[in-house]
Amino acid sequence: MQKVMMGNHALSWGAKLSRAEVIAAYPITPQTEVVELLSNMCADGSLKAEFIKVESEHSAMAASMGAAAAGARTFTATSSQGLALMHEVLHWATGARLPIVMGNINRAMAPPWTIWTEQTDSIAQRDTGWIQIYTSSIQEIMDSVIQAYKVAEQVYLPVMVVLDSFVLSHTNENCDIPDQDKVDAYLPRFENAYRLNTDKPAAFGGLTGPDWYYELRYKIEKDTERSLDLFEETGKEFGEMFGREYGLVETYKLDDADTVLVASASIASTARPAIDQLREEGHKVGLVRIRVFRPFPSELLRKLLAGRKKVLVIDRNISFGMSGAFYAETKAALYNEKKAPPMWGYIAGLGGRDVPLNVIRDMIEQTIAEEHPEGDIVWIGVKR
Amino acid sequence: MLEIRFHGRGGQGTVVASKVLAFAVAREGRFVQTFPEYGVERRGAPVVAFTRIDDQKIYIRSKIYEPDHLLVLDPTLIGAIDVTEGLKPGGWIIINSDKPAKDFPQFAGFKVATVDATSIAVKHRLGSAAAPIVNSAIMGAFAKITGFVGIEAVREAVHELSPVKKDENVEAAQEAYDTAEVPKEQS
Repeated sequence: MQKVMMGNHALSWGAKLSRAEVIAAYPITPQTEVVELLSNMCADGSLKAEFIKVESEHSAMAASMGAAAAGARTFTATSSQGLALMHEVLHWATGARLPIVMGNINRAMAPPWTIWTEQTDSIAQRDTGWIQIYTSSIQEIMDSVIQAYKVAEQVYLPVMVVLDSFVLSHTNENCDIPDQDKVDAYLPRFENAYRLNTDKPAAFGGLTGPDWYYELRYKIEKDTERSLDLFEETGKEFGEMFGREYGLVETYKLDDADTVLVASASIASTARPAIDQLREEGHKVGLVRIRVFRPFPSELLRKLLAGRKKVLVIDRNISFGMSGAFYAETKAALYNEKKAPPMWGYIAGLGGRDVPLNVIRDMIEQTIAEEHPEGDIVWIGVKR
Repeated sequence: MLEIRFHGRGGQGTVVASKVLAFAVAREGRFVQTFPEYGVERRGAPVVAFTRIDDQKIYIRSKIYEPDHLLVLDPTLIGAIDVTEGLKPGGWIIINSDKPAKDFPQFAGFKVATVDATSIAVKHRLGSAAAPIVNSAIMGAFAKITGFVGIEAVREAVHELSPVKKDENVEAAQEAYDTAEVPKEQS
C-alpha cells in the first residue's frame, strides 16, 4: 500500500508490521510521534501489543528488557538525552542477550537545549554492544525495523534503528507499506530459546567471576561479527520479497571513482545529486554510504576503498579531542592496507545545521584540490 | 523537480498545506517530499514549510533555498520578511489576500495571483473568525491557478489530513478552486 508518511511513523509501522508484542516508552520530549502512533495502534486494536507507559527512558529500557526476557518481541524509541539516560541499561540488554529493537531519533545533546539533528547521542552508545543501523529514507526506516528483528533474533543482540531528527523524522515522503502476510513470511514468530519460563526455572545474569565473564564477552563479539553476514543475507532476502535490497553499505557511482565520499544518513542522500553534478563536470567521484555502523563493516570498506586516490568522510557527530566517529573508524579499518588512500575528515551539520548540496560539493572539491589532508579534521562553515 | 515554499503564521495550517500538496501529488503517482522548518512553535509566529515534487525518487534532503514557487498564507508577512528570497524568476506567488494581484507591484518579475482564502475559511467555519485556518482554501486555489495538481487529488488529501470538519474543509478547497481567477500570462 502506497502512503505518504513521516519518518517517526515509519518506525511505528515497522514495529507494527513486525508484530511487536510489548512497547515500553517514555512519552515526553525528547520523544517523538513514534510512540504516539504506536499507543493509538494499541488502543484501536490494530496492533495487539502491551503498551507500557513508564516514568523515564531508563525505565523504558528496563521494562523492555523484562518483556524481551519473557520472550516477547519488544520495541521502544527514544532520542538524545533519553538515550543517554538509558546508557546503563543498554549494556545490560546486550549482556543479557535480549533482541530488543529500538528507534533512536538523532537529536543533538544539550546544553544548550536543542531538538535538532546530530549523531553524537547514538555514537556515544557505540560501545554498549547494540547493533546500529543508520537510515537515509523514510522507506528504509520502516524496512530496517523489520530487518532488525530478523538479525537481532538470530544473534540474540539488540538493534538500534537510527534516523536524523526532522530531516527524516518529520519529513513526509512516499512509502510502500508491505503486506502483512509477506512480512510474516519474512519474519516469523520468534521463539526465544532462553526465555523466562516457570516450567524450566533458571537464573539470569548472576554473579560471574573472571573464570567465565571473558568467554561471555568473546561470544558477544563473535555473534556481533556474525551479524555482518546476516545483514547481507537478510537484506538480499528482503530485496527478493519486497523489491528493496539492503546491505551493510550502499554504493553510488563507485566503480571507476578515484575520489570517494564516505557518509551516512541524510547527508549521504543529498550527496547523490552532488555527485551527479560533479560527474557531469568530469570528476570521477563516488559514494559509500555506511548503513550498519555497529558492527563496523571494516573488511568491506577495505575492499571498497583501498587503492582509491582520495577518500573523504563527513561526520555529523564529534568525539571531542579526536574527530568524527565515521572518519576515525574508516581510517582505522584501512590502516594496515598497503594501498590505504589519504583520508580527509569533515565535520558538518552539528545541531541540525543544514547540509545543502553545495556544501557537500565544497567538501568534495576541497578534497580534490588538496594534495594531502592537513590536520585531522576540517569544520565546514564555522561562523567566526 | 518542482520546489515550493510555504509562508504562513503558526495556527493557520501552513505545515498541513504543504502536506496537502504532497499527499495530493503522491495520489497522482509522483514522488514527493515535504517538511517544515522547525523552530519554536508559537501561534502567530512566522512558519515556513517546503514541498518537493518529482517524477523520480528524491534524494536531496536540504532545505529549499531557491524555490520555483511560493504560497503566502498570511499577507501581513509581506514586508515583514523577505518572502521572495531565492525565488526563481517567473515563479508563482500565490497570496491569501482580498486584494487583486495588481496591488502587489513589488513582485514584478514573478507571476502573482491572489485568493481570499480567509473569507472562504470563515464562511466554512474553519478555525475561528479571528484565527481562520486557511490551508484548504489556498490549496484549492493553488490547484486551479498552477495546474500542478488536480482538484480531485487535493480534495482527497484535504479530507485525509483534516483532523476535524473534513467535509467543510473539502468544500472550502472546492469553492476556492471554483472561484479563483487564473491571471492572464504576466511578464
